[in-house]
Amino acid sequence: MTFGVEQAEKWIITFNDKIQENKEYLTELDQAIGDGDHGLNMARGFQETVNKITSVNYDDLGSLFKDVGMTLIAKVGGASGPLYGTAFMKASLALKDKKKADVKELVEALAASLDGLKTRGKAQVGDKTMIDVWEPVIEFLTNSETIQPKELSVLSKEKMEYTKELEAKKGRAAYLGKRSIGHIDPGAASSYLLFVSLAEVFTGGELSS
Amino acid sequence: MKYVSLVLISHSYEIVSGLKKLLNQVQPDVSVAIAGGAEGDIGTNALDIKKAIESVYSEKGVVILFDLGSALINAEMAIEMLEKKENIIIADAPLVEGAYAAVVEAGCGSSIEEVVRASESAKELAKLND
Repeated sequence: MTFGVEQAEKWIITFNDKIQENKEYLTELDQAIGDGDHGLNMARGFQETVNKITSVNYDDLGSLFKDVGMTLIAKVGGASGPLYGTAFMKASLALKDKKKADVKELVEALAASLDGLKTRGKAQVGDKTMIDVWEPVIEFLTNSETIQPKELSVLSKEKMEYTKELEAKKGRAAYLGKRSIGHIDPGAASSYLLFVSLAEVFTGGELSS
Repeated sequence: MKYVSLVLISHSYEIVSGLKKLLNQVQPDVSVAIAGGAEGDIGTNALDIKKAIESVYSEKGVVILFDLGSALINAEMAIEMLEKKENIIIADAPLVEGAYAAVVEAGCGSSIEEVVRASESAKELAKLND
């Protein structure tokens, strides 16, 4: 199985479905330690994104991800817009003009996304952010020959749940200090949904190099 | 342009719209642009911030003041998207007091460094004199 425009669109559409289903949940997580807009912002931003990408026929992954990134930057008001927007813009540069990607190329693109996220958000592992899911997931994928959907889902879930134990160092949650402990980070929760959606694209067929 | 310009960013349009009125009254010669809210809601938007910077861009410099968290992320993103990025500085200052100090300093024809310093020194400002 290869990762082409069809698979990439399926990834974004599946992610949007999960965001819409979990809108209230993400908002509740963000009300506990943030400003309570994560669910709404993500739901609005990714719905706009899906409307955009389903109205255009893409030839390559780069232009598809560029539209995803730009729509998020333009339509999402909270930190999640520029952060997820940066992630997809970086992936679009890595996959410029590529009609499809093998595992290595896809993982390299996601690694570029992770670098962009760390620069944009100035966060590291342990700060109780989306990076606590992204970094271990990218490390796992970099060391895998194939993308195995089950392992990917299990790992990202585990890393999301671990953010509960952490004290927030970034974003609005950082104002709460120790009081942020005991809550899952909303950005980690949406990142988990992103990787589960990617895993679903590969269910029934691993992506091998 | 003779003066350093200011860009005010807030999650709320009303906050920066009111603040701009205040600054225009204090120092009408200094150009002030605002970017507040996102899509008519609470939030900030990199594209709106980019437009605001372009609308008051001055060779002498642009100082950006913001309210909270994601406003900074979007301001940094807006600067990266600009064609002319020289002489644009994000001040680490409280929005209202910092902007007030900045507009007074900019109105004296000061350099961008002096305007940034004035706005950042607003952090140390004692508001009660006892």
